[in-house]
Amino acid sequence: MGKRVNMEIKKTSLYQLHHNNSAKFVEFAGYQMPIQYSDGIVEEHKFTRGHAGIFDVSHMGQLLIYGSNDLVEDLEKIFPLDLKNLKMNHSKYSFLMNDEAGIYDDLIITKTEKGFMIILNAACKYNDFKIISKLLNDKYKMELDNKRSLIALQGPKSVEILNNIINGVNDLNFMSGNWFKFEDKKVYVTRSGYTGEDGFEVSIINELAEKFTKELIDRGAKLIGLGARDTLRLEAGLCLYGHELDRDKTPVEANLKWAISKERISQGNFIGSRIITKQLSDGVNKIRVGIKPEGRVIAREKTKIFNQLDIYIGEITSGTFGPSVNGPVAMGYVENKFSKKDTKVFLEVRGKKHPANICGLPFYKKSYVKGVN
Amino acid sequence: MSEVKFSKEHEWITLEGDVATIGITKHATEMLGDIVFAELPEKGSNVEKDGTAGVVESTKAANDVYTPVSGEVVDTNQTIVEDPSKINEDPEGSAWFFKLKIKDASELNSLMNKEEYDKFAKESAS
Repeated sequence: MGKRVNMEIKKTSLYQLHHNNSAKFVEFAGYQMPIQYSDGIVEEHKFTRGHAGIFDVSHMGQLLIYGSNDLVEDLEKIFPLDLKNLKMNHSKYSFLMNDEAGIYDDLIITKTEKGFMIILNAACKYNDFKIISKLLNDKYKMELDNKRSLIALQGPKSVEILNNIINGVNDLNFMSGNWFKFEDKKVYVTRSGYTGEDGFEVSIINELAEKFTKELIDRGAKLIGLGARDTLRLEAGLCLYGHELDRDKTPVEANLKWAISKERISQGNFIGSRIITKQLSDGVNKIRVGIKPEGRVIAREKTKIFNQLDIYIGEITSGTFGPSVNGPVAMGYVENKFSKKDTKVFLEVRGKKHPANICGLPFYKKSYVKGVN
Repeated sequence: MSEVKFSKEHEWITLEGDVATIGITKHATEMLGDIVFAELPEKGSNVEKDGTAGVVESTKAANDVYTPVSGEVVDTNQTIVEDPSKINEDPEGSAWFFKLKIKDASELNSLMNKEEYDKFAKESAS
């Protein structure tokens, strides 16, 4: 028997602040993270939709890759993006894939003065780092920045609150960013997020993370846990890695072909392009859809989906109660021929089949501003 | 009405004649968080002591509700099915789950009183 490796659970720079705000903690990707605070998931969710919620996402990877023209070319061999035409400080949603177009991670890549910044999922970041540095043949300086925290502010009041603290962020367009100052230190702010609301993500040195967050709280924003982050992103129809996305699913199957550059598909010289091109022309067997149960029953992950003839056609990948929708919501994969909107399906929950309908996404309408994509 | 008794599965029970009223404890609702779904046994069905007799779901997860005694379901509280958030508001009062016509009152003997349950809940939470 091997010795048990004693992995220390990591804490973010906001740990003490979470604790002081009576957070309930959960271990997530090796980090002690707040799942909720005293208000509870439903109130936190609604507060974000109506006001402004603060999310500590410092566990996510902030990968910096330094380089110029060569780097752009090399990254285009990895990501299905038109990086040559990506403007300075603009961001794109993309994926790290294998040769079969299976997804290692989904990510946001931003062009910066020194190269690129890539925001990675916490559970994938170390593996992504290895894969990317190998694909780049260690040609470029790369670092997973652990000196900076990442704090998201989401909701309709975000712009007003943040602009009071960091003047000028109100001029940012959706999916773009820039350097600003907080307490004379540089912070990188992007207008982005993962809740279906207008909002920002602020990359700030660890020493100032708590002070900055307290200023957000002083101006009326509230700390929101991972629990509400999940209900918010699900209502917004956004994928969560390990659920909607994994190595056995491709971006085409995940219904994310909008995120793949048409230009790059015609060139076809990126990892996974062979499968993606084939799937785009021949179609796919399974595809991600939104699913709305007719009653109140919640169909959780791994719930089996059946058609009207009681034949198995797929599985739920995320399912919960949507506080803004005020009812159950789910996403899952079904056989392509049953993926049309309003197709009636049945979800097997605790041995009983419950009626549901395939529906369009999002469940909750986004209110992103100035949609420069 | 009899003294309130408690089970290790965090249900409470009161007895009036041979009809028991059963719900989940305040401690249980605090552990669960916001309750967003409740499923109750069918009226007229029979449930067995320690068997499942319903489901409550929070935004996070689904949890079975057990019955601390055996009996026939004579009434169910549809107001908590229609608005599950009522369970968080008044778990040990108006948000009862179901009523049973019990067979054997001695089944209540093994259950905890308030003081014992509070101690049990405190220990199981830590």
